[in-house]
Amino acid sequence: MKFRKSEILFFALRNTKLRIGVFIVALFAFLAIFGPYFAKYEPQDFAGPGYNPPSGEYWLGTTTFGRDVFSQFVYGLRSTFLVGFVGGSIATFIGLFVGFLSGYKGGLADELLMMFTNIVLVIPTMALLIILAAYLKYRGVFLESVFIGFTAWPWTARAVRSQTLSLKTREFVNLARITGMKPLKIIVVEILPNMLSYVFMVFILQFGGAILTAATLDFIGLGPTQGISLGLMMQQAVLWNAIQLGMWWWAVPPGIAITAIVGAMYFMNTGLDEVFNPKLREM
Amino acid sequence: MGKYLRRKIIIYLLTFFFAVTIDWVIPRFMPGDPIRTLLSRAAMRTEAMDLLYNYYNKVFSLDLPLWKQYVNFWFSLFKGDLGTSVYLFPSPVFEVIKRAVPYDILLLVPAILLSWIAGNKFGAFAARKKRLDNTILPIWYVITATPYMWLGILLAWVFGVVLGIFPISGAYSFSMSPSLSWEFIWDYLKHWILPFGSLFIVQLGGWAIGMRNMIIYELESEYSRYMEAMGAPAKLIRKYAFRNAVLPQITGLALQLGVIVAGALATEVVFSYPGIGYLLLQGILNGDYFLIQGCFLFIILGVLIANFFIDIIYVIVDPRVRRGMSGETA
Repeated sequence: MKFRKSEILFFALRNTKLRIGVFIVALFAFLAIFGPYFAKYEPQDFAGPGYNPPSGEYWLGTTTFGRDVFSQFVYGLRSTFLVGFVGGSIATFIGLFVGFLSGYKGGLADELLMMFTNIVLVIPTMALLIILAAYLKYRGVFLESVFIGFTAWPWTARAVRSQTLSLKTREFVNLARITGMKPLKIIVVEILPNMLSYVFMVFILQFGGAILTAATLDFIGLGPTQGISLGLMMQQAVLWNAIQLGMWWWAVPPGIAITAIVGAMYFMNTGLDEVFNPKLREM
Repeated sequence: MGKYLRRKIIIYLLTFFFAVTIDWVIPRFMPGDPIRTLLSRAAMRTEAMDLLYNYYNKVFSLDLPLWKQYVNFWFSLFKGDLGTSVYLFPSPVFEVIKRAVPYDILLLVPAILLSWIAGNKFGAFAARKKRLDNTILPIWYVITATPYMWLGILLAWVFGVVLGIFPISGAYSFSMSPSLSWEFIWDYLKHWILPFGSLFIVQLGGWAIGMRNMIIYELESEYSRYMEAMGAPAKLIRKYAFRNAVLPQITGLALQLGVIVAGALATEVVFSYPGIGYLLLQGILNGDYFLIQGCFLFIILGVLIANFFIDIIYVIVDPRVRRGMSGETA
């Protein structure tokens, strides 16, 4: 086991895709954690004159109302990572739970759970989120993440289910069953460890997906009512005609950050795939 | 084949039922009494307040038992009654949405189909050579990670503001009114191209990646190896690999529809394009809950219908499903 771990670490450190992905995500995470300490203003403060392009005083310029774009950006990054982490974790957890249960139990439980999964899968997540968010008067970033987590799990559940189905017929699982192990223990002790690499990759994809969903939700006006986020910045920029006025410093940076973070996540995912799957390594 | 479609139809009917139920449950049981909020937003004058209150009471029929309210909701739904828009008062929500839907269809259908076809072709092409694959794959990943609205903003800024080639707001010029003249169509197309472009490009990346992964898998599979050993030309092997790889891509299209629709909503907001997304934003900004609920139902209905079409195509394309040899994978 020890040998295997160091072997994976060896390939992980050597994988260029993984290294690039981790580097970019770490860079933005660093900005999100420490950026607010460098920001000279609060995100909603009226820092100075409006319409200012980037300068030494206002690093990313100011909005129409004279708010400092850099401050909004770094605080917005924090929300982005929070949404990704909370939403991604919840979606992964529910997906795992439903997938394991349905795959391992089989029968009627499987039939019903998959029926439910397929229903949630067909309903556009965004539509569901819209109707939920529209009727809530006060929304925070955390609540938004929870909602996203509760709607993003179906594809994970289906994927985990089919993996469980194939693992369940293996000999070591049969052996565990014969020795009278409880189903939950079999899932946790025998099946889960064999899927750990896969689960980790699912989490990364859900992390990125939650960020994109949150950005869209914020953009169409259902984002957090308090606080700031990257999607909210873009929405305000568009609503106040930043494009027509040529204020690129307001509308462009939030999107760069989202694209870079989510793209880096996808990159990490492919890299990890190569690390965990020896067949793909030479590529 | 019958079994496959029957299963799917049951799921769609259940989904629709589920969606309508959500549409009914949420405004009633959300904390904060949304109906009162609705009233306080709509009521500008006190004399109008009573009138509106009676109207909402009738529509929501709050004095009836819950199950009756629920049944009534279904009845009015089948009559096409989705309430009255507050934002565009006295227009019924159904009419408002009906006016917006053609713009959505003309934007979404070409964007989805063309990007799917182009993405599959590009993906299959790039998977052929390792070097090409390694240089182009990162580009696909960046493209598919781009939020739709941000690409819209970029395109609007570059082509609309910096270069000034295309208009960036609305579906046609203010001076025009919709008609079937060449002049109008030309104007419409000029407004159409940027929102179409942002939808097309973002989706392209996802399809190309999917196709690339599938085709590499297919080219490594037994039948490809066997054909290779038998000395079949590479072109023929690729053709068979492509055919097999396209099937999961069709399923992928069905799964992606919801995400694409969400992207289209945001793109319409960027370009003030008068589709459902733009309506939705106005509904949200103006607290027009009937409009929001109506949009919700329409989006779900649209996605379900599209899903059904994709299923039929899948049955036609996959001989195994057609002959009833599989179908459990539904």
